[in-house]
Amino acid sequence: MNMTLTREKESPAIEIDNVGSAALTEKVYETSNLNLWYGENHALKNINLDMHQNEVTAIIGPSGCGKSTYIKTLNRMIELVPDVKTTGQIKYRNRNILDQSYKVEDLRTQVGMVFQKPNPFPKSIYENVVYGPKIHGIKNKKILDEIVEKSLKGAAIWDEVKDRLHENAYGLSGGQQQRLCIARCLAIEPDVILMDEPTSALDPISTLKIEELVQELKKDFSIIIVTHNMQQAARISDRTAFFLNGEVIEYSDTNTIFSNPNDKRTEDYITGRFG
Amino acid sequence: MELRKTETYSVQQMILEKKSKKKINMEKVMPKLLFLTAAISVFTTIGIILTLIFETFIFFDRVSIVEFFTEAKWLPFATAPSYGIMPLIVGTLKITVIAAVVAVPVGLATAIFLSEYASEKTRRIIKPILEVLAGIPTIVYGFFALTFVTPVLRDLFPSLDMFNALSPGIVVGIMIMPMIASLSEDALVSVPKSIREGAYALGATKLETTIKVVLPAAISGIVASIVLALSRAIGETMIVSVAGGSTPNMSMDVTSSIQTMTAYIVQVSSGDAGYGTTIYYSIYAVGMTLFVFTLVMNLLAQFISRKFREEY
Ligand SMILES: Nc1ncnc2c1ncn2[C@@H]1O[C@H](COP(=O)(O)OP(=O)(O)OP(=O)(O)O)[C@@H](O)[C@H]1O
Ligand SMILES: [Mg+2]
Repeated sequence: MNMTLTREKESPAIEIDNVGSAALTEKVYETSNLNLWYGENHALKNINLDMHQNEVTAIIGPSGCGKSTYIKTLNRMIELVPDVKTTGQIKYRNRNILDQSYKVEDLRTQVGMVFQKPNPFPKSIYENVVYGPKIHGIKNKKILDEIVEKSLKGAAIWDEVKDRLHENAYGLSGGQQQRLCIARCLAIEPDVILMDEPTSALDPISTLKIEELVQELKKDFSIIIVTHNMQQAARISDRTAFFLNGEVIEYSDTNTIFSNPNDKRTEDYITGRFG
Repeated sequence: MELRKTETYSVQQMILEKKSKKKINMEKVMPKLLFLTAAISVFTTIGIILTLIFETFIFFDRVSIVEFFTEAKWLPFATAPSYGIMPLIVGTLKITVIAAVVAVPVGLATAIFLSEYASEKTRRIIKPILEVLAGIPTIVYGFFALTFVTPVLRDLFPSLDMFNALSPGIVVGIMIMPMIASLSEDALVSVPKSIREGAYALGATKLETTIKVVLPAAISGIVASIVLALSRAIGETMIVSVAGGSTPNMSMDVTSSIQTMTAYIVQVSSGDAGYGTTIYYSIYAVGMTLFVFTLVMNLLAQFISRKFREEY
């Protein structure tokens, strides 16, 4: 895993200062003037957002505000939907990914994704984890075995499955399946991990496990997570973006958003007055 | 209470009246009627199987079952008749193998194209064509084999006999191809989108996703469709009767005349083998063998799709 980059532990005092903490870390994503239409439906309106390395960026907002749409443009999964049009740019590590010359397979090799509903392949646990490395040409059995152990440990599920690696993944519980999907994603050692409501289908204990895991993973990866759960965003993220009707209403330190929001609409949302 | 007083009628009252008027209780009669209809089809099937078994027993009274399965010659019309079914089985298997070679790759490719690559518009054109192909009477396929495919093949391979295994084999393949395509497509389409997305999100290309995720996920349905289609190839009658010839033999040669189990039954049924002769009973023994073949194939298909069904 990407061990060369370790994040400095910041004191909360610095975190309050948005500009100060931004200067500390490198940007992985820079979105500028992004607009997106599903046919005629203008789903994302002039989005400007920067995401930082080794941080957890949370995206919150009411249903239908464009959170999933936005996170899916970050690895261009949105292209699977017919009739989608985008303008503006999203720079990932200084290259515009919306440029069609950017090979989408290369992007997705760097940027992994965990979905709302666990979606393991109907194969063994082992085969699920090695699928990514295998399609990218890694065939050595010994290396694959190591990848499996490392990834499953990384996703905090190794102890639960180490004796049943060759059993079908569908025999796992929902929470285990989700951690397996995280392991599958870790197996190709991505740079960024996108998570779209990864805990919304899980029970509180599995949710807690995944939250702890996210905290652990941000040492090595940059994480962007969509969540409906305000407490979750407050607990695990460094920065939070509040979306409403396809626009970013407010984006700053998680502390600021939750303790001292700038915009009335943000305050209304986090205090549960709508959405 | 206030409401009821002002009403000139009571709904409850009307419902009660209606109920008492019904003379026959449909709720009780219908299930019995339906059961009766179902029973008729079951009894018909049992009747056919019993006939098959009885007549087969009479045949094995006259010809030993050991000879039937070990003798290498099927010569029922010879002065010293020989009843070894192997040549007929070989003929049937030759047709089935050729048909499989044609139908499996083409059918599977069609299924993959339709489910993974074709646009909605293309799908709407190709699917009905497949259905038409599946609905053509087999006698039409038979004459297509004899009068079109065989001459074309004979231009390519002059040594090919007028009646041969190759031409009807290919045409049986064409006949069962839509079945493989359509059933396999159903299996592929039922693989959930979320699983494909999981593969794409790992940087897999469309082809990698199709071959390494979607196809394996649908494999039980695909294999079942192939087994089912091959069981139809085994039972196929008209095409092989018209274009395959009537020379039972054990050779692996596909260019010369053959006879399948079904074609033999047609030959005897349409000829003048008298009732009660050994030849007459032989068609039941052959029919029984054929029945066991297709039954096993069908059970196998069911077993595969049940046992290896993926629960997504
Ligand atoms: N595949 C699609 N085709 C057309 N419109 C879509 C599609 N997916 C989403 N939309 C529209 O885009 C807007 C944003 O949807 P999106 O799924 O991004 O919302 P969301 O914030 O993720 O909501 P939720 O919290 O319910 O998941 C909605 O108006 C939605 O109807
Ligand atoms: Mg969503």
